[in-house]
Amino acid sequence: MINAKKIREDFPILKRKVYGKPLVYLDNAATTQKPVQVIQAMNYYYENYNSNVHRAVHKLSQEATVEYDEAHEKVAKFIAATGMEEVIFTKNTTESLNLAANSLSQQLKKGDEIVLTQMEHHSNIVPWQQAAKRTGAKLRFLEIDGNGELKLQHNSATSGMCNRTSSDLQLPQLMSKKTKIVAFTHVSNVLGTINPAKEIIAAAKEAGAITVLDAAQSVPHMPVDVKKLDCDFMAFSAHKMLGPTGIGVLYGKQELLEKMEPLLYGGDMISEVSFQDAKWNELPWKFEAGTPNVAGAVGLTAAVDYLEGIGVENIHEHEKMLTKMAMEKLRQIDELTIYGPEAARRGGLVSFNINGIHPHDVSAMLDAEGIAVRGGHHCAMPLAKLLGITGTARASFYLYNTQEEIEKLAEALETAAAKMKKMAARTA
Amino acid sequence: MDKTDPVEELYREEIMDHYQNPRNFGKIRDADVSYQDYNPVCGDEITMQLKMENGTVKEAMFTGKGCAISQAAASMLTEEIGGKSAKGIVAMKQDEMLKIIRINPGPVRIKCAMLALRAVQKGIVQYEANRVREAK
Repeated sequence: MINAKKIREDFPILKRKVYGKPLVYLDNAATTQKPVQVIQAMNYYYENYNSNVHRAVHKLSQEATVEYDEAHEKVAKFIAATGMEEVIFTKNTTESLNLAANSLSQQLKKGDEIVLTQMEHHSNIVPWQQAAKRTGAKLRFLEIDGNGELKLQHNSATSGMCNRTSSDLQLPQLMSKKTKIVAFTHVSNVLGTINPAKEIIAAAKEAGAITVLDAAQSVPHMPVDVKKLDCDFMAFSAHKMLGPTGIGVLYGKQELLEKMEPLLYGGDMISEVSFQDAKWNELPWKFEAGTPNVAGAVGLTAAVDYLEGIGVENIHEHEKMLTKMAMEKLRQIDELTIYGPEAARRGGLVSFNINGIHPHDVSAMLDAEGIAVRGGHHCAMPLAKLLGITGTARASFYLYNTQEEIEKLAEALETAAAKMKKMAARTA
Repeated sequence: MDKTDPVEELYREEIMDHYQNPRNFGKIRDADVSYQDYNPVCGDEITMQLKMENGTVKEAMFTGKGCAISQAAASMLTEEIGGKSAKGIVAMKQDEMLKIIRINPGPVRIKCAMLALRAVQKGIVQYEANRVREAK
């Protein structure tokens, strides 16, 4: 078990008060706070060796280049990729998914199919919509059930929850020889659902499709091994894993990246340029045009170091404990509906609504207590529509959250529900 | 009741009253102005409709769903703009809207508060443009 109280000492912002009350930060699925180790590493870069990378031969540039390249190596190890060739730095998960969608769709033709799920974030829908429009390919969606889990058929003989292997998953009807790309989220940012990534990827492989995993909500919170999953591409952001904003990752299998066209063209991504033509640089630089986010890479390295120091598996266990507790407490509140699967099958977040109160109004009431949650459709409008709601309020947890904070959340929600009821009675 | 409670301040009685008992909620048959707008921040949705007469608002109605602030603001706005000129409504600024609803929603939720006015303004501009086109 991890010591959240001790960990909190590393996060300056968690000492902050909001409206005179201690900050209870439960919006970690949107972005996470930064430990002093990350902040200091970035400051140290700017104060001591700030320079451009891969160009000048002077001392500062040498130091920056080493750090920048090693950040790729560090991330590669963190997700069990073969090497830095497979790790492309982007702006964020959205840019990573756009890069994948843009480059992969160049192989698509009319009649091909792209399979997504109904629980995707806009960033894993809209780029594919555009790819489909450009190429005439068709989008298809794996459906979710009432629990917010994907409807996947399993062989009845081995349908028990345990001991499932990839071969137990029958090819979902949606996937066929027409399926060229299967792109889906590892953990839903709305429902918290942990999707059986390994099984879906295996099914997609059987159909001969390329797989793209949106791991924005999984890599920061649980061990993710691209080799074990066997995914072709995977996208995530530094800022959701204690790192800075403005830097994200696209992992890709080397043999696939070699064949892909870049999204951006310009400096550093070329090996040779004439007036009429250019040759691309080697991986991963082929996909990193222009001066990159060096400070961001330095921060990301420090964030990965921090997470490895604590142990991602331990963080996952801690979040599971908090999520279970939050769901038990919130279930006690009248008129409160929780969305998504049971605690054991979800990541560290809980989406809910209080009957008769808009999620933004719930969020505003919690805010008044110093509790930061997100309210709204969480960039998944099609999913909200499917669930028949305008949105949810969402509390999402991380390694520095404590049981006391869950108590505060539950208390504040109870008070908010009672207050609303009273106001409604007064104005009725 | 504690007067400084920020929740009580934001969700004061008048806002909750308009939220739970919206005024002028519904559709206008043969509306001159009809404009649907969204607030992607929290998924609010408002359709503002006007019946015009000699460049002024004869009737204002709305439908929609969303948070208390967005819906109450729409309800209060429909009460306010009856009899106003199209020009006057298009010229309305943020501070005038805030005077109508008498709350300070803060920098994020200002979008909820402004949704109805922005919708009716866009609707009027569209309506005027169509009239010019038809006149030609």
